[in-house]
Amino acid sequence: MLKQIEGSRAVAEAVALSRPEVICAYPISPQTHIVEGLGELVKSGALQPCEFINVESEFAAMSVAIGASAAGARAYTATASQGLLFMAEAVYNASGLGLPIVMTVANRAIGAPINIWNDHSDSMSQRDCGWIQLFAAHNQEALDLHIQAFKLAEELSMPVMVCMDGFILTHAVERVDMPTQAQVDAFLPPYEPRQVLDPAEPVSIGAMVGPEAFMEVRYLAHAKQLMALERIPQIAAEFAERFGRTTGGLVRPYRTEDAETIVVALGSVLGTLKDAVDEMRDTGARIGVLGIHSFRPFPLAAVREALQHAKRIVVLEKSFSVGLGGVVSTDVRLALHRLGQAGYTVVAGLGGRAITKASLTRVLNEAMQDKLEPLTFLDLDWRIVNRQLERERAVRRSGPIAENLLRDLGTVASKVS
Amino acid sequence: MLQIRIHGRGGQGVVTAAEMLSVAAFEQGRHAQAFPSFGSERTGAPVVAFCRISEREIRLREPIVEPDVLIVQDRTLLHQVDVFQGLKPDGWVLINTRRSFDELGLADIGARFRRERMTTVPASEIARKHLGRPLPNAVLLGGFAALAGMVTLDAVVHAIRDTFSGALADQNAAAATEAYDYVQNEIRELAHAQAD
Repeated sequence: MLKQIEGSRAVAEAVALSRPEVICAYPISPQTHIVEGLGELVKSGALQPCEFINVESEFAAMSVAIGASAAGARAYTATASQGLLFMAEAVYNASGLGLPIVMTVANRAIGAPINIWNDHSDSMSQRDCGWIQLFAAHNQEALDLHIQAFKLAEELSMPVMVCMDGFILTHAVERVDMPTQAQVDAFLPPYEPRQVLDPAEPVSIGAMVGPEAFMEVRYLAHAKQLMALERIPQIAAEFAERFGRTTGGLVRPYRTEDAETIVVALGSVLGTLKDAVDEMRDTGARIGVLGIHSFRPFPLAAVREALQHAKRIVVLEKSFSVGLGGVVSTDVRLALHRLGQAGYTVVAGLGGRAITKASLTRVLNEAMQDKLEPLTFLDLDWRIVNRQLERERAVRRSGPIAENLLRDLGTVASKVS
Repeated sequence: MLQIRIHGRGGQGVVTAAEMLSVAAFEQGRHAQAFPSFGSERTGAPVVAFCRISEREIRLREPIVEPDVLIVQDRTLLHQVDVFQGLKPDGWVLINTRRSFDELGLADIGARFRRERMTTVPASEIARKHLGRPLPNAVLLGGFAALAGMVTLDAVVHAIRDTFSGALADQNAAAATEAYDYVQNEIRELAHAQAD
């Protein structure tokens, strides 16, 4: 059924259709509307049986999800930014224990300086935690990925993070096709745990493992992610067959057939990027897009196959490894081993900086002429950067950086966008 | 694609207005995308929300910097924010005020753009009359339906009923309808004035 609703509401309804039995909720922007929506659905009786637990922190949210999952319940939570960092220890435990929790990360920057807006720093900080990480390009995909995520998580007994751009998607009201309960029930069978805390058949979960088997337990987590490389496209195909639309999967190419230049990206920026690429194609540019929808496991073979015939690769990412450069770029480069293509990293949209079609077109035109620096920061305001560097050269007590830059900029509250 | 930017102050329902407008467009079978601009959501602070309407799927995710339509929920913003920034040369403007467009001291704006597409409506007063509170957001959408004809009054009323319930829905629908009639009348007069 077509609906015009907020992205958060769409995800809440999709999670409810997946019949979670325990939802752990702790508010943090921009995720809050999702758990609020679920809270309403539990309270109204629309979602039952389900225990909705207001916990006292994100650390508690993941800890309660671990307990619920270990007891055999389908468990869900959502977080963002500092909240994900605060639950980090439990995040590792969930994957280390192999518990199929599904969590939404409404992607948001990490402080300091404190910033509520979107980028991918939060989920990227947990890229090595053992969770599967799926990225949504639009709200329909965010909705669909949650239904696919429960199936994937439970088949493999591994937790899955569904990443969607905070505010840009969570707070955007747009058209989505909401499946029926019967459709979701036919796609997603009831949870059958591989391990369960059951008084009738007592086991312990969470043994201490020394050097004799720790590496093997870790390797098995990797082996499961490799299995996910097989299952993610299969589940996406099965989903497409039942629901009539293609979302999820490992990667999805766009106009790459004869492309000399391919731009790799993940998340909602893919939409603006496709619009930019369509316009560039109209002027004869041979350019295409590769959307990465599974970041962990990272689909090395699929990325290589999609990119191998291009002359140059531009990785556009909302994450930044300070002291190195791109985060996604590093992985993409690994996939392109020995292909000898020109590679560019464009870091964009940090802390909610708008990524405009005009700026993308400009930077991609530079890339196509091979005039781009290997590492570029889209629309970086060099004026205030250089002013601060100059200030630090001139005086020892140059003061706090964030405050200095804001003072240099003057008031921003009256800006239109 | 039609791009609409709504300016107002925190507490005036700017974000809700953009959302209702997207629902109205959806009701008419269009694709629509409504989204807020964040950062200054304190009560009384300048707030901006956006709505795109298109016959095709909307993929673009950038803020609207070159709007086709401006809806200004609070006249006092004219002195604080450059609301006309980026407005397309043939764009539409609807401002919530009891004064006429020419009384606002915007003669240069009227000259730069198509004057017949710019008008005002006393949305806060109409809202106070119907709702007992000066909440102009839904009212202005009724005015917008009359101004540009891109969404029908029926679709706006449907969106209002989708957002509010009970008496509040009825009152907002009645207020939007009054604003629709008011703006329709204004446009008729503008057309006559231009014909003279």
